[in-house]
Amino acid sequence: MTLLSVKNLKIRFRSGDGKIHAVNDVSFDMAQGQKLALVGESGSGKSQIALAIMGLLARNAEVEGEILYDGRNLLDLSRSELNRLRAKEIALIFQDPMSSLNPYMTIERQLGEVVELHEGASRSAARKRALDVMDAVKIPDAKNRLKAYPHEFSGGMRQRIVIAMALICKPRLILADEPTTALDVTVQAQIMALLDDIQRDMGTAVLLITHDLGVVAGFCEDTMVLYGGRMMEAAPTLSLFDAPGHPYTRGLLRAVPRITEDDAELSAIPGSPPNQTGAPTACPFAPRCVDAIAECHRILPTMQDGRACIRPVEELT
Amino acid sequence: MTDPLLSVRDLHVTFPHRQGQRFPWSPPGRLHAVNGVSFDLMPGKVLGVVGESGCGKSTLVRAIAGLGPRDNGIVALNGEQIDYRRRAEMQRLRRVMQMIFQDPMASLNPRMTIREIVAEPLIYFRPEFSAKERRQKVIEMLDRVGIPQRNMNRFPHEFSGGQCQRIGIARALIARPQILLCDEPVSALDVSIQAQVINLLKDLQAEMGLTLIFVAHDLGVVRHISDDILVMYMGGMMEMAPARDLVHDPRHPYTQALLSAVPVPDPRVRTQPQLLTGDLPSPMNLPKGCLFQSRCPKRFADCARIRPPLVARDGRQVACLLEGATEPA
Repeated sequence: MTLLSVKNLKIRFRSGDGKIHAVNDVSFDMAQGQKLALVGESGSGKSQIALAIMGLLARNAEVEGEILYDGRNLLDLSRSELNRLRAKEIALIFQDPMSSLNPYMTIERQLGEVVELHEGASRSAARKRALDVMDAVKIPDAKNRLKAYPHEFSGGMRQRIVIAMALICKPRLILADEPTTALDVTVQAQIMALLDDIQRDMGTAVLLITHDLGVVAGFCEDTMVLYGGRMMEAAPTLSLFDAPGHPYTRGLLRAVPRITEDDAELSAIPGSPPNQTGAPTACPFAPRCVDAIAECHRILPTMQDGRACIRPVEELT
Repeated sequence: MTDPLLSVRDLHVTFPHRQGQRFPWSPPGRLHAVNGVSFDLMPGKVLGVVGESGCGKSTLVRAIAGLGPRDNGIVALNGEQIDYRRRAEMQRLRRVMQMIFQDPMASLNPRMTIREIVAEPLIYFRPEFSAKERRQKVIEMLDRVGIPQRNMNRFPHEFSGGQCQRIGIARALIARPQILLCDEPVSALDVSIQAQVINLLKDLQAEMGLTLIFVAHDLGVVRHISDDILVMYMGGMMEMAPARDLVHDPRHPYTQALLSAVPVPDPRVRTQPQLLTGDLPSPMNLPKGCLFQSRCPKRFADCARIRPPLVARDGRQVACLLEGATEPA
């Protein structure tokens, strides 16, 4: 069953230099319990999609399209209606665990507040729930750490608390925006294992937003690659890695340094990230694409068979 | 056998820290950031330094560059000990040793044009050049790192992160140093841009015969650029080995855990990350024995008593009591 359906989402920001087209015509569906990855580099619009789903876009944003959650368009909802969905239905995990926690509040209050607000729980019930969820995210000695402040925890522990906060009302959809980018690899491995366990136990759908293809490969069944705010390719993770069908995906996979490979030269993607002022009229990747032909600079490719490229797969280098 | 270009012997760095101080007037504690690092760097080689945040890898290169304090230990250039207190000697050192930094934007002066930024080391280190020669050198260098001449009079904010890092590299290399210290030079960049900068650094290294110390937390990146890799934990050396040997056959339990946690961009590979349990020791109060003992899956009684010395064998150095002994099953 479709839980979330994003249709032709367009996000633009008004700015002094004209309109920034951050997200252009992005569509995808998520089923219940599905793990989908949005992969892209900075400026690809991946985080803005998550913010749009949560109704947290900046004020200068203009949104078009539909975000259907359980058949309701989230973009039409009022603030109070959205507040009823937040945390209980959809929760967001931010990248930076320090700045998404309030430094003046104890962990117990921050976690408890969510249940009190969204479920009208009493203080003592909220404390109990906070304790349970802290155990669920494996914070050692949770009982004695309820009264601790965020600064008393390490980065990995803080991210666990942020995940606990997202889980406390048992949402059906978790949006994880670069949840491990700020963390060390050993801690990252712990956090991803934790998310995986929770996802399996609770059947929560997870939209993982990341730039790290390694994290995606180990976690998500399906992957969508974004570039310059447009969809480049969407496929089951296995086939995307086995047979990437878009020049950008191919370039990206080749540019990742792997520890096991001994060949000296990394194949970089030439050029710089795209300028997104003004409406796109051609493939945003064309200026950096090794396979680009004259057409590519004129035609805006649409998604067909999971890829947005006018060149047939067989002809790509 | 050639002599090492740079030798570091038993380098220690500590910082005064107020935490745990009983009264405002009691002496501050010491935070131990680097604990006894020693290595020799041969000319033209690349040494990668990896470790997690807080392991002292940045402090180490800053100490070598003279940008941070050193408590103990010797840093020698061409066999001569560097006296960091002498200004003249520091000037000479900076001609030989330059550095690039993690945040490419923050390391460029926002009020100077790119041309001024890149020309500045020449004014300082090569005063014999005329303005015209200088301009020519700047154009050549910028061209080499891939910044077109027409952009020379622009300011740093007009460039992307990857371009700013290229400009940082141009500035560091224009006066032809022998050693380049790189402190997480590509961590702030996207994968596609990161590969460009790594390839550029590798090419320049080969062309100019540079000796590099390359600090990063990303093992994949370090693997690609380094001849040897030094693994640090809590400021101490855990293992140092040729890059290839280190990734294919890590000896130290920490290196093994670190490598197992690196995500593999291949959904068919099921990685089994060793999840480390246990807490990090406090850098204010280091344990007596091995620095890694509190999280080591292979610890035994002696680890709490003896700080394992670096044992050199088969061209690699490992600081673990298990090294040399037969591993308990």
